[in-house]
Amino acid sequence: MSTIVRLPNQQDATLPKRSYLNSEYGLKSWLLTGDHKRIAILYLISITFFFFLGGAFAGLIRLELLTPMPDLVSSDTYNKLFSAHGIIMVFLFLVPSVPATVGNFVLPIMVGARDLAFPKVNLLSWYLYMVAGIVILSSLILGGVDTGWTFTTPLSTHYLNTHVITAAMGVFIAGFSSIFTGLNFIVTTHRMRAPGMTWFRLPLFVWSHYAASILMVLGTPVLAITLVLVALERAFGIGVFDPTKGGDPLLFQHLFWFYSHPAVYIMILPGMGVISEVISTFSRKRVFGYTAVAFSSVAIAVFGFFVWAHHMFIMGVSNYSALVFSLLTMLVAVPSAIKIFNWAATLYKGSITFETPMLYAFGFMGLFTIGGLTGVFLGSLGMDIHLTETYFIVAHFHFVMVGGMLMAYLAGVHFWWPKMTGRMYPEGLSKLAAVTTFIGFILTFFPQFVLGYLGMPRRYHAYPPEFQVLNVLSTAGATVLGIGYLLPMIYMTWSLKYGAIAGSNPWQATGLEWQIQSPPPTENFIETPIVDYEAYDYDWLANKTPHEVTTVG
Amino acid sequence: MHFFSPVLWQFLVKWLTEFALFPPQASAIAPYMDAFYFFLLLISLVGLVLVGLMVGTFSIMFRKEKNPQATHIEGSTLLEATWTIIPLALFMVCFVWGALLYFRIYNPPTNAMNIYIVGKQWMWKAEHPGGQHEINALHIPVGRNVQLTMISQDVFHSFSIPAFRVKREVIPGRYSTVWFRATQPGTYHLFCTQYCGTLHSSMIGDIVAMSPDDYEKWTAGSTSGQSLAQNGERLYASLGCNSCHSGTAGARGPNLAGIYRSKVTLEGGRTVTADDEFLRGSILNPTTHAMAGYAPIMPTYQGQVSEEGLIALVEYIKGLNNNDRIHQTLNDSNFSPSQAGATGAAPNYRSRQLTGADQMPDAKPDTSSSKGMGPSPQ
Repeated sequence: MSTIVRLPNQQDATLPKRSYLNSEYGLKSWLLTGDHKRIAILYLISITFFFFLGGAFAGLIRLELLTPMPDLVSSDTYNKLFSAHGIIMVFLFLVPSVPATVGNFVLPIMVGARDLAFPKVNLLSWYLYMVAGIVILSSLILGGVDTGWTFTTPLSTHYLNTHVITAAMGVFIAGFSSIFTGLNFIVTTHRMRAPGMTWFRLPLFVWSHYAASILMVLGTPVLAITLVLVALERAFGIGVFDPTKGGDPLLFQHLFWFYSHPAVYIMILPGMGVISEVISTFSRKRVFGYTAVAFSSVAIAVFGFFVWAHHMFIMGVSNYSALVFSLLTMLVAVPSAIKIFNWAATLYKGSITFETPMLYAFGFMGLFTIGGLTGVFLGSLGMDIHLTETYFIVAHFHFVMVGGMLMAYLAGVHFWWPKMTGRMYPEGLSKLAAVTTFIGFILTFFPQFVLGYLGMPRRYHAYPPEFQVLNVLSTAGATVLGIGYLLPMIYMTWSLKYGAIAGSNPWQATGLEWQIQSPPPTENFIETPIVDYEAYDYDWLANKTPHEVTTVG
Repeated sequence: MHFFSPVLWQFLVKWLTEFALFPPQASAIAPYMDAFYFFLLLISLVGLVLVGLMVGTFSIMFRKEKNPQATHIEGSTLLEATWTIIPLALFMVCFVWGALLYFRIYNPPTNAMNIYIVGKQWMWKAEHPGGQHEINALHIPVGRNVQLTMISQDVFHSFSIPAFRVKREVIPGRYSTVWFRATQPGTYHLFCTQYCGTLHSSMIGDIVAMSPDDYEKWTAGSTSGQSLAQNGERLYASLGCNSCHSGTAGARGPNLAGIYRSKVTLEGGRTVTADDEFLRGSILNPTTHAMAGYAPIMPTYQGQVSEEGLIALVEYIKGLNNNDRIHQTLNDSNFSPSQAGATGAAPNYRSRQLTGADQMPDAKPDTSSSKGMGPSPQ
């Protein structure tokens, strides 16, 4: 079987007269909308704001670390900077990044639904996110918080006089926003699939979002409980985590990581979904081993719940429980390896083109492989003793979260940008941005692995002078990285007005979302689609295209 | 170059002279850690090259210009099994290797000399058994097994010596231990690696590994005049511990001589080993550590003894092999040497002689030396 790819003639494409963007006008029509596409845009704008805020804090951190002496900001300010960077990036950017923007936009269309199962809950989720954002911002404006994003007790409960409760409340609320998104996705995937859209015809994007949603719904309440306990301990001294009152300070670590390890998979799984779509589309080929990739998402979600204590190997958990958690950690690495190899194998005998989303996807594969393999270093008990709490950890999770997730997010935003806005981003500039991001990223975070093995502890305001060279390299890389992130924001804003008109299926992708006009109409489908082909069936697409009558409303 | 930019010149010189990829290998475990590190680097490199080769070659071979038609392949169970099983096998090797290393680092040998570490915001305090106190420094002899028994008096800290490849969390309310054997004399970094508040990055110090001779000299030159156990003894008397734990037949509290590392039966029938943790816990939370056969009348000493004081008490009790000196301090008229001697032989007993106790200078053991005959029950 083979497919000859015919790209649609973009010169002829016109913007549809009626779409979700122009069906209603005015601020109220956006703020009170139930349309998943509009909510996705609201999310996109708000998380972009928080991303650049968190990024600015990161920039200040790197600038401070240019010299070994604590000379740019005071120690308290430095601690507040990395705390704010962590809290904003984790809870206000990474957790909602792909699911709340791209996922919100395309997941219902992918399953052939007119909206998510609970449109109002979806809107509520965005409002909760905004409230959380404002509460966290206000904690910063009131003077900041210096707990780190981990809120470690008893530091956070007894020894700091900053706005811990305010920040914790913000994270608590953000958690509910995430729970509602997850709930919506689960119900939509179960109940709203179009006729003929069986589970194994779902795009892998939906599978990975489904797995991530389960983690959100089951994991986030534990975080909420933990933060409530921290607040109660801080305000009333209930003593759950206080050894002098018979509490256990390690209990906090268990509770916190019981959420925060699965949270890593909440962040990365949707990104993996994006990569599956992008790799398949630009290879014009079905993802190699669809079932294996689908089930590896579920496996990651299941195993993800049973590895939390690998954050605590040096904290005096019993040697035998450390053994069990290390073993489970090794097991969770396997499905990720399967995914990487399956994506690479998808390229085999494909017909590959290298548009921007594909470049970002390649970036993801490289950086995520490094991030994943260094995770094996940290999952190996003995090695973890030397590497944990150093810059090796910092480099590892940035490779996974920024090198992996952020690359996937940018791949996704570029990939679906024509669908969201109806216009193309400028291809040349965006390729430049993708390459800049990749180079900047390697330069920023690779030296940190070396720093970590040398023993430089994380969260250090000042450091011994022999570490300076590597820190200078890292800061230089951060500058390049910053440019790599600013570029897309600029040219994508530009493309809203001046971008070429995309047409309904500029990539010749097979997903249902590409079979409707760009931007889609409010109701997505004029009539309910009936699915009689497998996911990533490029033959079906090739046969369909000549007979297609594109409805432009 | 330096006429162009002195700063850049300095930077380059620094790079060339100070660039290092590995910290010094200064402990017995460090070569093992590094060997494991190289193994992990090797499999990472192989994995990365493999993925890179696949992506690179396929991108070149099957780019659209070269291969305008994609050939559809459903998948291959055999291939997928291959890249499930081979990584799994490699990860299992890492798991076993890592576990062996972990057990080695966290199970101290029995002959290790013990030094106590107290972490607080933002300093490290070391208490040597010989009575030497140190702040933000730790002097240790090369070639001897050294065990650190550590506790925090406020928040979580973490005691890290990169040159020795060891690190352990220092936790409030419980002892944690780590051990090492230094191999190279020198001064190495000590870092607190767990974020502990404002001056976290100032909670650093020097680990000074010395040749045995130098170490002897240092020990002799920096003693405060009385050993840790002697401090403990003073504290023991001043808190009035001896009024109940007198070791006499009718004493209200259990006999403490030889109790260390023995099995004790608690109220309720549970048997535990009386380790450092148990001794400390008994002082702070007597009710949860009440021993069978004794009325639970001991008051808590929570908040009355600092961590250093507790360490001194624990060190004293650990070395207690008979009750002679307790009796002497008590000036007890019922003193009977035969009875005291009879309690001296407990299993696993660590013998240690108290010396020079007669001339105790007034080096304050702790807060409560003025407390007289014990605190009032809370």
